[in-house]
Amino acid sequence: MGMTIAEKILSKKVGRKVEAGDLIVCDVDLVMAHDGTAPLAIEQLKSLGVDDVFDPSKIVLVIDHTAPSPSSNISNIHKMMREFARRTSCHFRDIGYGICHQILIEEFVKPWTVVAGADSHTCTHGGLGAFAAGFGSTDITVMMAYGKTWLRVPESIKVEVSGELEWPVTAKDVILHVIGELGSDGATYMAMEFTGECIRKMSVDARFTLTNMAVEAGAKTGLCPVDEKTLEFLKRRDGVTYERLEPDKDAEYADELLVDAGKLEPLVAVPDRVDNVKSVSEVEGLEVDQVFIGTCTNGRYEDLLMAAKILKGRKVHEGVRLIIQPASRRVYLEALNSGLIEIFLKAGAVINPPGCGPCVGRHLGILGDGERCLSTQNRNFKGRMGNPNSEIYLASPVVAAATAIKGEITDPRNLGE
Amino acid sequence: MRIKGRAWKFGDDINTDLIIAGKYKYDTLDMKELAKHAFEAIRPGFSDAVKPGDIIVAGKNFGSGSSREQAPLVIKALGIGAVVAKSFARIFYRNAINIGLPVITCEKAYDAVTEGDELEIDVEKGIIKNLTSGQTLGFRPLPEFMIRILKEGGIVNYLKKYGGFEIAAER
Ligand code: SF4
Repeated sequence: MGMTIAEKILSKKVGRKVEAGDLIVCDVDLVMAHDGTAPLAIEQLKSLGVDDVFDPSKIVLVIDHTAPSPSSNISNIHKMMREFARRTSCHFRDIGYGICHQILIEEFVKPWTVVAGADSHTCTHGGLGAFAAGFGSTDITVMMAYGKTWLRVPESIKVEVSGELEWPVTAKDVILHVIGELGSDGATYMAMEFTGECIRKMSVDARFTLTNMAVEAGAKTGLCPVDEKTLEFLKRRDGVTYERLEPDKDAEYADELLVDAGKLEPLVAVPDRVDNVKSVSEVEGLEVDQVFIGTCTNGRYEDLLMAAKILKGRKVHEGVRLIIQPASRRVYLEALNSGLIEIFLKAGAVINPPGCGPCVGRHLGILGDGERCLSTQNRNFKGRMGNPNSEIYLASPVVAAATAIKGEITDPRNLGE
Repeated sequence: MRIKGRAWKFGDDINTDLIIAGKYKYDTLDMKELAKHAFEAIRPGFSDAVKPGDIIVAGKNFGSGSSREQAPLVIKALGIGAVVAKSFARIFYRNAINIGLPVITCEKAYDAVTEGDELEIDVEKGIIKNLTSGQTLGFRPLPEFMIRILKEGGIVNYLKKYGGFEIAAER
């Protein structure tokens, strides 16, 4: 019987053929934790009585969730992370580098590897053909100490996307549609494997938007094949040509979902659930107080470019705060050099420093009571942006930019001149 | 392993932001302190009302969302003996076992239990007794190595005792 992408990676890792349902112990190639999760993991390491990490070159700590620190308590937690990183000589990316997942994409993740992150959106890295999953701090502690973890080889769900994305429809609309179809627990414990014509044509950046949100349907990881596009991306980054990775033709899937990208419309997830998906036209005209463009879902250069297309020469609606936050310093620099930042500033946007910002509700754009925000992030749970008495709508950077201009949820096709 | 206490009912998709909001989790590593805010957006006052040994009975997809281990940790810090749900989100489930919080998957419990019922759970045998209604429900017991981790109060204690990781998965 053929193998899925997940089965191929994990079989190679353990050196024998494994299939969905098998319980395995395997080495991890990369372990990541950020300022929301690393402190607990470091504490736990102490209680485990372990002083050193198994291999500092495979561990990456990032300060991104509250960066720079908004309070003295948090500053102390950051301080503890810095001290730990210095002592163990593991990789450390302090405030200003950007969101942990973006840093991993820009510097660390390789195909055919196992990536473990103390963050639920670690599934993003399947976009580069890594088996990447989120874990809690204690799991990460064990991996920092032993370099291993236990896993159940997951069943896979095949998401085949045919057709072509037509502006203003984007990868974000594809994944919102998929989550709407599967539901918040439709892929629990499974790997979500993306294939099809549309995926092949998609940029690697856009693929990350898909894999990033796999966990919103409960998936353990999201995976894309390693094809021409991926190899180019990695060649540019590492100067190395990696091995391709495709599922076997006769691989077995727990379920299959067909999506015709050409038939999709701009979509929005309405409060308080990510699987509460509607077409933008159904909620068009709803006034918003804040628009946020950024995060590990949609804070990459390509996302900012899409937003700039709409914002160029226009002004943000009076009474709306448009916050734009590049996912990393590199993204920021690219946006600066190509003139996007100027477009944003002239339109009236606020630019946050690279990091998570208001996505997790700790600083840099917390909502007030009764306020409504349209965001490009991946979660609209009650209270996610720091206030349970506020509403979060999720959409693409294109819809977000159009909404900022009109001050109400807007289908970019109805923006006019 | 036996757990006995009153039932508290929660619905479907209780995500980690509802269990403990992200805005608090960066402030402290003191779980007792953090636990005061547990479930506050959907059930204000819960942390004061709950007694050690009490049991959460929930619908599907309990613990969805973030990987924050603070979610099972605050539940444990409140003294909750176990969480019974129709289904769990993957990371929450792993985290709960790792920190020694029993998590029981039982499809029927939600409809068979009323808030405030006295429950008794036998984790190894896979039995939930509703002492209030007299009804008995079965569930598939956890894999043996998970029960062993729970008995040690979490994977950290477990590793300290058994000294290695292989044991944890391969037994
Ligand atoms: S941007 Fe938001 S979803 Fe992404 S890692 Fe940061 S807090 Fe999590």
